[in-house]
Amino acid sequence: MSRLVLTDVSRRFGAVTAVDRFSLILTPGEFVSLLGPSGCGKTTTLRMIAGFLAPSEGTIAMDGRVVSSPGSSLPPEKRNMSMIFQSYAIWPNMTVAENVAFGLEVRRRPKAEIRERVGRILEVVQMGHLASRYPQELSGGQQQRVALARAIVVQPAVLLLDEPLSNLDANLREEMRYEIRRLHDEFHITTVYVTHDQAEAMVASDRIAVMNQGRVEQVDAPRALYARPRTRFVAGFIGRTNLLDGESRGDDVVFDGFTIPRRAFPEPAAIEGRVGFSLRPQSIVLHRQPPPSTRAAVVPGRLVQRAYLGEHWDYTVRPAGTRLALRVTTRPHEVFEVDEKVWLELDPSQMAALQPE
Amino acid sequence: MASDRSLVVWLLLIALLLLLVINPLARLLWASFEHPDTGAFTLENYAAAYGRWRNVEALINSMIVGLSVAVVCTIFGVPMAWAVSRTDMPAKSLVWAAVLGTFIMPNYLGAVAWILMAGPNAGWLNRIYSALTGASAGPFNVYSMTGLVLVISCYSFPYMFVFTRSALELISSEMEDAASTLGAGALRTTLRVTLPLALPAIMGAFIVVFLEAIALFGSPALIALPARFQVMTTTLWQMFEFPPRVQVAAAYAMPLLLITVFLFWLQYRIIARKGFVALTGKGGERRLMHLGPWRWVMLGYCLLITSLSFFMPMAVILQAAFARAWGRGFSWDNVTLRNLRFVLFDQTATRMATLNTFVYAAAASLIALGLALAIAYIVARRLVPFGRVLTYVAMAPFVIPGIVLAIGFYAAYTAKPLVLYGTAWILILAFATRFLPIAYTNSDAALRSINPELEDAARILGGSRLLALRRVVAPLLQRGLAGAFILVFIPATRELSSAIFLYTTGTQVLSVLLFDKSDEGNFELLSSMGLILVAVTVAMVLLGFRLIGRDFLLRRTAT
Repeated sequence: MSRLVLTDVSRRFGAVTAVDRFSLILTPGEFVSLLGPSGCGKTTTLRMIAGFLAPSEGTIAMDGRVVSSPGSSLPPEKRNMSMIFQSYAIWPNMTVAENVAFGLEVRRRPKAEIRERVGRILEVVQMGHLASRYPQELSGGQQQRVALARAIVVQPAVLLLDEPLSNLDANLREEMRYEIRRLHDEFHITTVYVTHDQAEAMVASDRIAVMNQGRVEQVDAPRALYARPRTRFVAGFIGRTNLLDGESRGDDVVFDGFTIPRRAFPEPAAIEGRVGFSLRPQSIVLHRQPPPSTRAAVVPGRLVQRAYLGEHWDYTVRPAGTRLALRVTTRPHEVFEVDEKVWLELDPSQMAALQPE
Repeated sequence: MASDRSLVVWLLLIALLLLLVINPLARLLWASFEHPDTGAFTLENYAAAYGRWRNVEALINSMIVGLSVAVVCTIFGVPMAWAVSRTDMPAKSLVWAAVLGTFIMPNYLGAVAWILMAGPNAGWLNRIYSALTGASAGPFNVYSMTGLVLVISCYSFPYMFVFTRSALELISSEMEDAASTLGAGALRTTLRVTLPLALPAIMGAFIVVFLEAIALFGSPALIALPARFQVMTTTLWQMFEFPPRVQVAAAYAMPLLLITVFLFWLQYRIIARKGFVALTGKGGERRLMHLGPWRWVMLGYCLLITSLSFFMPMAVILQAAFARAWGRGFSWDNVTLRNLRFVLFDQTATRMATLNTFVYAAAASLIALGLALAIAYIVARRLVPFGRVLTYVAMAPFVIPGIVLAIGFYAAYTAKPLVLYGTAWILILAFATRFLPIAYTNSDAALRSINPELEDAARILGGSRLLALRRVVAPLLQRGLAGAFILVFIPATRELSSAIFLYTTGTQVLSVLLFDKSDEGNFELLSSMGLILVAVTVAMVLLGFRLIGRDFLLRRTAT
C-alpha cells in the first residue's frame, strides 16, 4: 500500500498558479526529494502535504485516507507528520530536551517513556551532552540536529523537510546531507525533502521529483535522472549538458554538421521529427587524431576556449562548419591547446532524447 | 480553516473592534446630520456650528496656534537633534535626559508650571525681572497667544527632535564625505547634504506637531480661556456645557477630523517616498562633526530650550507641590508634605481620582493590548479574508483627535441600546480605543519578530493552534508586550482631552480633577496631583528601560 498519494494537486494564489496538477506516489519508507529553482512550487507542495495549505484542486491521501481536498483539509496537528523548517524553528523558550519532548507530551506519553526516548534520540544525533542547553547557545549545525531529533522522536508517518540545510555553511551542509541519509537508513521514515540544491537531493534521495513552474518535469532515481533526462529543463538543471537539435530523416538523425544512424540510439522508435538531445560534457571524448571507427559519430572541430579547474579541464569545441559550441570535460592530464584541430567522439548511447516542448 | 474552532474567537474580537472604532465614528457622522429633537436629516447643525463668527474665529485661532507651534518646534527641535546625533557637543546624555523629561511632563502640567513662571505679576520670571530691574511689573504674560504657542511648543518639540534624530541616524558619513571630497566645507555639507536628506522626516514631524497642537485641549483651556480667546477644542468643550449640544459639536468637529486625516495621509506620503535612499537603507559608519568652540554654543542652546520645557517647569512644580504657599518661595520653613498627603489620603475626591487613574489606565491598556494582539495575529496569519482592512481599522484612532473620538463615544453610548455613559467603562473603552494604534504597532512588531515556523513546528508535532499560542507564541511575546503595555499605560494615565467629555461624578481621573481644580487657584494641590502622575510615569519608564532598552520611549513608533 502507498503511504502518500498526491493526485492532480493544484494550488492557486489569486491569479498565480503555484502548483499545477502535481501527482506523486510514495511507498512506505521511501525518501523522495522535490527539486527545483526557487518559486517552482516545491515548498507550496510540501505545505499542502503538511496541511498548512489546502489544495485548490486535487487530493492528498495518506494510507488510503484522503487528508486534503479543496473543501476540507485535516489540520496539520491531526496528520501524525513531522516537519523540519528552513529556520529550524527551535523554540527559544525551551531547552533542547524540552523541544524534543514537546511532540511526545502532546501525544500524552508517560513521563518515564518521554525521558527515555528523548535521551535516546539525542544520543543518536550526538546532542546528548547538550540536553539542558537553550537554543541560543547552540551553533547552526547543533540546532539542525535538535530539529532532526524533535521531528524523528515522535516516529511520524511522514517526515517533511523544507530546505533544511540552506542556512548552514558549505562544509556543514555536506556533512548534514549524509547525516540525514544515515538517519533515514536507521529509522526508515517516509520522507519528502524540498531543496534547490541538486547535490543534496542526489545524496539523500531514493527518487527525485524535478519541478519547474509548478509542474513535475520528471520523477526518477538520481542516476536515471542524470543519465536520461527527459526534458530540456531537467537536462539543464541537473548538472551541465550540451543540448543538440536533431531531425529524423529516414534511417538517419541529422544534426548541424554531422549525422548519426537512427538504429545507433538506444530507443530508435521514439525518435521522430525534430528531437532535442542532451549529451553530458564528460560523455564526449576528445582526440588529436581521428579515432578508429566505432558506433560513435566522429566529428572534426576546433578548440575555441579552455579552462583548467583542477579536478578537470573544461573545453569548448566548435564542430567544423557549424556554429555549435560543445562543452567537453576531460581529466586533468588530457591537455589540448586553443585553436587546435580535434576530433569529437559522440556516443549515441549517451545521448538522451528529450520530449518535445 | 473553516473547521478551526478558534474562528469564533476571532469573529468576536473583530466585533469588539467595530464597536470601539467604527460605531463611534459612524454615530458622530450621523449625529452631525441629525436634528436634535426630531432626529430627522438636517444641515442645521453645520449652520449652527459655523454660522457664528466666534466659532469660525476659534477655528482660525487653532490654525494660527498649530502653524506657529510647528514653526517654533522646528526651530527648537532640529538643531538639537542635529547636535545630539551628528556633532561632538558635550553633555549629550544630559540633553537626552532633559528631552525625555519633557516627554514625561503632561502638557497641562507644563501649562500649570508656566502659569507659575510667567503669570502676570506673581510669576517667578516676572518677580525675578522686577527684583533685577526694580520695575514694578515684569513683561511676561502667559495668558496670551504667544504664551500659548510657547507652552504647547515646549511639550511638542520632542516629536520634532525624535523624527529628525531618527532620520539623521540613518545618514551614513559616506554621504557627507562625498560632499567633503568635492570641496564642500562642514557648513555647506550640513546645509546642502545632511539636512536635505532629513527633510522628509522634518516635514513629517512638522505635520504631526501641527496636528498635535490643534487637537490639544489641556493647555489651551488653561491658558486661552483666561486670556479670553477660543480655539476649536475649547469651543467644542463649551458646546458640552449643560445642556450638551452633541449634534452641533459633531458638526463643528468634522473639519478637524478631515484636516487630521488628510494631513496624516500627506505625512505618510512624505515619509514613505523612497526617493531618499538614506532614510530607507541601513546607515553606514558615522563620524561626528567637530564643532570646536561652537560646541559650547550648541550646548547652551540645548540647555536653554530644555530649561524652558523641563528644568524650570519641573523646579517650580516640585516647589509648589511641597510648599505651604508657592508664592513664599524656596525656604525650608515653607516645605511640607501636607499637599501630597491631602491628595493621596485625606480628600475623598482626589484619592478616588488617583485610584481611578491607574485602574482605568491599566484596564484600558490590557484591553487595547489584548485586542491589538489578536487583530495583529489574525492579519499576520491570514485567518480571515480581507484581514488588511482590520489593520486600517485598528490604526484609525491614530488620525482621530482625542476630543473628536470622545464626542463620538458620547454620541454612540449615551443612548440605547448600549448605555455606557455614567460608568467607568466609557472612559476605559475610550482610552483603549484612543491608544489602540500604539498597542497595535507594538503588538504587530512583536509578532513579526516571531518566525511563523515556530508555530508551524508546534502544530505539525500535534499541537492545536491554541496550544501553539500558549506554549510557544505567548512566552516569546512577553517582553515585547510588557513594553507595549507601558507605552499605552503612560499616555492613558494622563489623557485629558477625551476624559473631559466622558467623566461623571465618581469617575473622575487625575487629569480631569486637575483641570477642574485649576480655576480655584490652588496651585500647590495641582502640582501635587501632577507630580503623582510624573512619578508613576518615571517608574514605568525606568521599568521600560530595563525591559526593552534605553531608546524605547523616544522611538518613532512610540509617538
